[in-house]
Amino acid sequence: MNGSRAELPIRKLLTIGLLTLLLIAALAPVLCAQTTASTQGATADTNARLAKLEQQAADAKSSADNAWMLTSAALVLMMTGPGLALFYGGLVRKKNVLGTMMQSFALMAVITVLWGLFSYSLAFGPGNSFIGSFHNLFLNGVGAAPDADYSATIPAQTFMIYQLMFAIITPGLIAGAFAERMKFSAMLVFMILWSILVYDPMAHMVWGKGGLLNASLGGRFPTLDFAGGTVVHITSGVSALVCALYLGKRLGYPKEPMPPHSVVLSFIGACLLWVGWFGFNAGSALASGSLATSAFVATHFAAATAALGWAGAEWVRNGKPSVLGGISGAVAGLVAITPASGFVKPMPALIIGLIAGVFCYWMVVKVKAKFGYDDSLDAFGVHGAGGTIGALLTGVFAVSAVNPIFKDAQGNTLASGLIEGNAHQMLNQLVGVLIAWGLAIVGTLIILKVVDLTIGLRVSEEEEVQGLDLSQHGEEGYYWEASASAWPAAPALHREESVRYAEQDLKRT
Amino acid sequence: MTKLEAVIQNSKLEAVKSALQEIGVEGMTVLEVRGHGRQKGHTEVYRGREYSVDLIPKTKLEMVLADGLVDKAVNAIMGAARTGKIGDGKIFLSRIEEAIRIRNDERGEGAL
Repeated sequence: MNGSRAELPIRKLLTIGLLTLLLIAALAPVLCAQTTASTQGATADTNARLAKLEQQAADAKSSADNAWMLTSAALVLMMTGPGLALFYGGLVRKKNVLGTMMQSFALMAVITVLWGLFSYSLAFGPGNSFIGSFHNLFLNGVGAAPDADYSATIPAQTFMIYQLMFAIITPGLIAGAFAERMKFSAMLVFMILWSILVYDPMAHMVWGKGGLLNASLGGRFPTLDFAGGTVVHITSGVSALVCALYLGKRLGYPKEPMPPHSVVLSFIGACLLWVGWFGFNAGSALASGSLATSAFVATHFAAATAALGWAGAEWVRNGKPSVLGGISGAVAGLVAITPASGFVKPMPALIIGLIAGVFCYWMVVKVKAKFGYDDSLDAFGVHGAGGTIGALLTGVFAVSAVNPIFKDAQGNTLASGLIEGNAHQMLNQLVGVLIAWGLAIVGTLIILKVVDLTIGLRVSEEEEVQGLDLSQHGEEGYYWEASASAWPAAPALHREESVRYAEQDLKRT
Repeated sequence: MTKLEAVIQNSKLEAVKSALQEIGVEGMTVLEVRGHGRQKGHTEVYRGREYSVDLIPKTKLEMVLADGLVDKAVNAIMGAARTGKIGDGKIFLSRIEEAIRIRNDERGEGAL
């Protein structure tokens, strides 16, 4: 009994145990499969979430870069209008203030149209070593998707509009050389041709894919030009000198006094240029990271020492530091640091600025006076000279710690400039400078000749005496109310009447 | 009636004006002018180019006075405008034949 009673639970337990084992054995594959499936499911889920996170991080970087690049584009446009317009407008005589401002403003409109139709494609489209192509004609293929060759994180359209602002200001700088004497129509034709024949090829050579001088996309002579020392300042400054020589002096120069009519306007313009230059140089990082910061700092530092250099040179020579000297120096320093801004550290930036400030002062005050050319607003003395010295000093002070632009086949960073032991870079910088000089001289001479022979370059003597404001635009910058009250609305009527009478006369004869 | 024209230093306008008001001068015309007498100009330098500025900014006052007021006015201007240096300016007096108030055709000293 006891035994059978005792057996019963054991047998029961054995049976249950066996059944459980059988059940487990039967279900094992299913359970295992379920475990694997859930592990696999978890991995897939993690991958998806990672991919999503990576996408979100990339989107965030893209948004940050895009925000800075659109801001920079706006800042660079502000350099032309009102920056350059005020800077130049203040330096001319009262009767030419509007004509001078209009030269800057007209480019904001005209170059924009060219850029959209074909110039962007000529400068940045795929092409040969010297010029792009019509691949992106009418901005075809320039949309929301980034162009990884230029910048992988911003829409190609952002890159396009940012580069447009450079194409606008560059010819605008030349206008300083032929101020107060060029016909508005001739100026427009000259600028259009110059933009196509000089700016677009130069921009392609230095910044375009496959360009001869491109440092990051495999150029034959990799020239370091971060934001346009060669492309913007040497081309415009040297072309300015050619214009000044070809057009000749203003009537009465240098006997008649032609002081700036408002250094106040020039002062406001120069300060706007200084601020806008942060978009010009720091924006040339094409992203909002630490390289942009480095370029921002270098830009600011060079402007400071150049202002001190120019004004200081005046103080020593004339006994007084002038406001115009201070702001001219700042602009000269900003010009010189432009090619270097994304390659040099802050202390070399201070040196570059100081050298540029003193050098440009000497070019404007001594060299111009010695040769006697009428570079009216010193476009060559500041942009040509400052751009050249800046491009060469970039080869001296560029360091790979700021911008590891040169790499060997294994991806190791190579030395950048002379102070890192890369003396060969000086040669590349020289090649870039010489090509910019050559293209500017030849291109500008041809264009001037063509415009001169077709529509003529200069206003008539009478118009020059009257001033560009009245003779070219029929307006005055500073209206004297007394002269208005003497002529109420009548003149328009008179004009219509006289045209009618003239037509009647013609019919009779 | 006498016309008084005075060319003075720009900085002395307020002092001269109040001195004239104190002695009862009721009207005047003030002009911003440029000119020079024996005072030499100055030199301005823009980007290394020197410009000698020999026409110096001055203030000119014109007023026509009843004859009884002329001496007092001259003394008031002399007192208020003098610094003792070259460039203090000059006073010119001339006879006036007639004064006419446009509003009501009043003539003579009453029109002043």
